[in-house]
Amino acid sequence: MAIAIEKATDARLPLHYRFTRYLRSHFIPAIGILGLIYLFLPIAVVFAFSFNDRLPNGRGSVSWVGFSTDAWTNICVDPNICRAVGTSLQIGVLATLAGTLLGTMIAFALVRHRFRGRQSTNLTIFLPMATPEVVMGSSLLALFLNTRIPLGIVTVLIAHIMFTISFVVVTVKARLAVLDPRLEQAAMDLYADERQTFRYITLPLVAPGIAAAALLAFSLSFDDFIITYFNKGPSITTFPVYVWASAARGVPPQVNVIGSLMFFGALAVVLLAQLAGKVKRR
Amino acid sequence: MASSSSSGKVEDLRLVNLVKDYSGVRAVDDISLTIPAGSFFALLGPSGCGKTTTLRIVAGLEDPTSGRVFIGEQDVTIKPPYQRPVNTVFQNYALFPHLTIHDNVAFGLKRRGEKDIETKVSDMLDLVELSDLARRKPAQLSGGQQQRVAVARALINQPDVLLLDEPLGALDLKLRRQMQIELKRIQVDVGTTFVHVTHDQEEAMTMADTVAVMNSGRIEQMGAPEEIYELPKTAFVANFLGQANLMEAEVVDRDGAQLVVQAYGNKWAVPTARAVQNEGQIIVGIRPEKLRIALGAASDTEATNSIVGTVTDASFVGVSTQYLVRTPWGQELIAFEQNLAGGDRIRVGDEVSLTWEKSHSFGLAGHENVDAGVMDLSGAIAEAVTESS
Repeated sequence: MAIAIEKATDARLPLHYRFTRYLRSHFIPAIGILGLIYLFLPIAVVFAFSFNDRLPNGRGSVSWVGFSTDAWTNICVDPNICRAVGTSLQIGVLATLAGTLLGTMIAFALVRHRFRGRQSTNLTIFLPMATPEVVMGSSLLALFLNTRIPLGIVTVLIAHIMFTISFVVVTVKARLAVLDPRLEQAAMDLYADERQTFRYITLPLVAPGIAAAALLAFSLSFDDFIITYFNKGPSITTFPVYVWASAARGVPPQVNVIGSLMFFGALAVVLLAQLAGKVKRR
Repeated sequence: MASSSSSGKVEDLRLVNLVKDYSGVRAVDDISLTIPAGSFFALLGPSGCGKTTTLRIVAGLEDPTSGRVFIGEQDVTIKPPYQRPVNTVFQNYALFPHLTIHDNVAFGLKRRGEKDIETKVSDMLDLVELSDLARRKPAQLSGGQQQRVAVARALINQPDVLLLDEPLGALDLKLRRQMQIELKRIQVDVGTTFVHVTHDQEEAMTMADTVAVMNSGRIEQMGAPEEIYELPKTAFVANFLGQANLMEAEVVDRDGAQLVVQAYGNKWAVPTARAVQNEGQIIVGIRPEKLRIALGAASDTEATNSIVGTVTDASFVGVSTQYLVRTPWGQELIAFEQNLAGGDRIRVGDEVSLTWEKSHSFGLAGHENVDAGVMDLSGAIAEAVTESS
């Protein structure tokens, strides 16, 4: 045979190649870990300070006083804090339901139908996301005052639904855009009428997008301070507004407890969802 | 087999003057045909010839601009897809990713509220040999397995007509050949009418009882695979269905049942019955495997025609050798020779003669473009260059 396989004399690759390969495989994970620390350090601080003791005068402190589980065992020591959380939850749930429903329907219309003004609708949907919140909040206040709508939970809800819709539309649209239209055609070919096709094929396939949109809407609503502060009126207080107001005389550690609870609650939801997905796949 | 027993009588599929326009472009141009119940019918053509559009009109996924679709005596033209006794195997399968294989296959039965769904599904999964994968999701299956699920999901509904839209296009060559045989077996087993859309001429000929060759929205020729292969009626069919040597010639005489034609100083005979035109300019065609190649000149006998030329290319492909032979007038003819004798092969540069049985030649209309339907890339490039210069 003219061609033979040559015996390797030195199987080791050149040193400079091995060095860059080592760097490639270790440098990037190192950077990644630093990035994660950057993201999670503030949350760790929130959690740590939920165990901070109060100052002798009973106020909260931004510097470490001493270890105490008092805040965890007496969350509602100030009834206003729990009332504020309740208000925020109520607004969050209602705004999420309405915003997700409306936003999902808009997303379907924009992806599935060709109509006049579709392009401009696509564009205007982005406007609430792009407008500075301060401007949005003050303008809404002007609108409510001029139309003599009394400020309160209703005005806050109107505002929250308005700005969550944009985020829902964008999230659901992204999911719909990658949905193969042939799946729906296949369902129709297999004797499913329009409603059954939607129920058994379209909805289950878009559901993860809708769920993500709802979570996003809820956290945006629960978090919102600026627009809420402008439009809430004197009768109600949401959790972010309570924190802002209490900051003047020292934030009580109970706020950190609620923040930690929110974080662990969200974490539990995500873990459960992933676990459920794994069990279902089996 | 579970499916063949309970279904009633299978119905013919009839298309009447079907037309489909897409914003000024005619995708389907007045197609009328009857596909007999229980046959395996292939719509063969290059991409953009309207074959998939025709299929989608039958499925109800596309509205025809005009024309009618009948299944048996029933006019289904304006019925929605879910009211037609027709099921489709989609290109790339369109399996429901969130449902298990079992639920994918059961989908149609559930929508129609059938009984004994479990038995039927497990029988069907047995038929396509996927019973042990019933609890998996489509993404966990290989391409060939997904393909079988797609067939099972459609076939379990016992449609009058099963539509297959390039169902084997995503598979590799070996698996495709295997699935061709498999699909043919299933069709014979269940006796359902299969309408198969493909651009692969070999696939169409292997599987179908009847092949319709489509070009620019029309059916160029229709018939049994052997029939249209051996006797193409247009240059497009001759070139698209296999390969063909097409030579321009002129009819100079008639000798009994044969036309005597003259081309570049050669005299050949073409059976009158195998020519679409009996006088004037015609195109003489001969399939590459009908040509015998031999070193040196050959004299015509009573039964044969011949050409001399020079070998310009010889490619060994295992079972056969493929020769390109340049004629004195500059045309390159293609000839396939079986590798019967091991020894010396004819080499590039050799002077050879090509001989064929007179009865094997066919005659096409003289005005036709001899390159119509050629899938050869160099030909297409050459054509583009000539056109632009």
